[in-house]
Amino acid sequence: MPRWGMRLARQLGALAVTVILGGILTAEMVRHSPGFDADERLTDARLNAESRAAIQAEREVNSAIVPFYIRHIAGMLRGDWGVSQSLRTPVRELIRMRMPVTAEIMLAGVAGGWLLAFVLALSTVHYPPWGRAAGILSIALLSVPVAALAVLIFAARGPVPGIMALILFPRLFDHLRNLLAEAYAQPHVVTARAMGVGPVPVLIRHVLPICRAQLLALAGVSVSMAFGAAIPVETLCDLPGIGQLAWKAAMARDLPVIVTLTLLITVLTQAANAVSDWADTRREGQA
Amino acid sequence: MTLRRAFAITVLTLVVLASVGAGFVPGFSYAEQHREFISSGPSAHFPLGTDDLGRDRLARLLSATRVSLLLAAAAGVAALILAVVAGGTAGYWGGWWDVLVTRAIDLLLSLPWLFLLLAARALLPLNVAPLTALVVTYALLAALGWAAPARVVRAGVRSFRESEFVLRARAEGATEFRILLRHVVPNLRPILLAQFWTSIPVFVLTEANLGFLGLSAGEPFPTWGSLLRELQNPLLVRPEAFATVGAIALSVLCFKLISPKGGLPV
Repeated sequence: MPRWGMRLARQLGALAVTVILGGILTAEMVRHSPGFDADERLTDARLNAESRAAIQAEREVNSAIVPFYIRHIAGMLRGDWGVSQSLRTPVRELIRMRMPVTAEIMLAGVAGGWLLAFVLALSTVHYPPWGRAAGILSIALLSVPVAALAVLIFAARGPVPGIMALILFPRLFDHLRNLLAEAYAQPHVVTARAMGVGPVPVLIRHVLPICRAQLLALAGVSVSMAFGAAIPVETLCDLPGIGQLAWKAAMARDLPVIVTLTLLITVLTQAANAVSDWADTRREGQA
Repeated sequence: MTLRRAFAITVLTLVVLASVGAGFVPGFSYAEQHREFISSGPSAHFPLGTDDLGRDRLARLLSATRVSLLLAAAAGVAALILAVVAGGTAGYWGGWWDVLVTRAIDLLLSLPWLFLLLAARALLPLNVAPLTALVVTYALLAALGWAAPARVVRAGVRSFRESEFVLRARAEGATEFRILLRHVVPNLRPILLAQFWTSIPVFVLTEANLGFLGLSAGEPFPTWGSLLRELQNPLLVRPEAFATVGAIALSVLCFKLISPKGGLPV
């Protein structure tokens, strides 16, 4: 088996273990949270004794975590992701409805953040005086809480993808600036520039191949950063996305939603990291 | 010491002195409600105005500054202790424990922190005492924030593991535990100090985000995060409410100027 294949298999194995352990841990935490056993439906005075007993029995099914978790995973594999206890809607349906909203702002935010950070980092390397201004902007944005930054941009009627891009930009800029500065200082890059090779060919043929591994790793981490930023942004802007769903589920102790989201987010972030790792190893193997 | 560092230390000292000193001024209470001055603008009596319950914004901001900075520092120390225990032992002894700790570090660093905190914060009852909620929030931050320093500590310990002073101590019959505690850990002091200064702004910003979502201290106890809740409806908020954002940004900026490079708030 090639080296990249071995690494991919290892990553998949680690992903499976992480998903199982992380899911059980989250489910156990929520199970023991105060208020878990309460169900607001029971406050409805119109319910008769049989209906109350049925609701209580429905909740008790989820009280033994390991059987619940095994059932949940098995259900997810069959396409049944359970039903939200607080929203009374199938979790799969909730995620299907909300995913496009989060995907759109995450994609726009990651693209905007990368573009802004890459352009400013590149200009910093070529024109060092710009570096100071870009550095000040980056550190100023990093010093403001994500939620407050979102409020400021929202109050100024800025677009939501713009909020996400400005949240991600400073988190990417520092890494990109250091990477590019290091790559441009390599002797063969300095020689190529001295020989009059244009800035675009130098960037594409000499600089980017040097930084490839770190850029891929950073791209993987960006997904996790973007989701972290999506939670306050969606809550503030009242966007019906996955981040807002996570917040509402945490507040309502909605076990099926929290467990499903934990599994999906773990898979998404670990898969993003694994893909960047795999792409890098494969290219190394080909080289 | 560079000029920037000296400036940052001076500003932080002034902020801490003002917030601590405010606690000793009689009548300057964060909880007192002045019913005749509800949502009033800045005045000589209330330089930052009052909130929708008639409480002095400046008193609340200074009190929140004191609490947030103190607890962020405490959480930083707790996270470092966990990092030394987990990262130090993993780096020194290696084997299956090292694999386990490294996996846990990778997992904690790759998942969105805010989501983990949302899930973990759901553990707290909704009607918990404000002070308990606050302490538990920062304890959670420490419990989840040990991963980044643990990775650095692990790398540091691995570099010392085969160094001459460790070999000599081992040759003289010192136990492995004693070598780790008395010889290796003291040499990590510069790393630990750097990680401590880096962790404080991370914890301050995370608590602010949690507070904005209503998952930090409860009323009437003020923290920077709970004061940010006022901004949840940006169309109704008064400009003075943004003073909290300024205080957070100024303090975080000063911590960043003091701390060596590194550490990303997530």
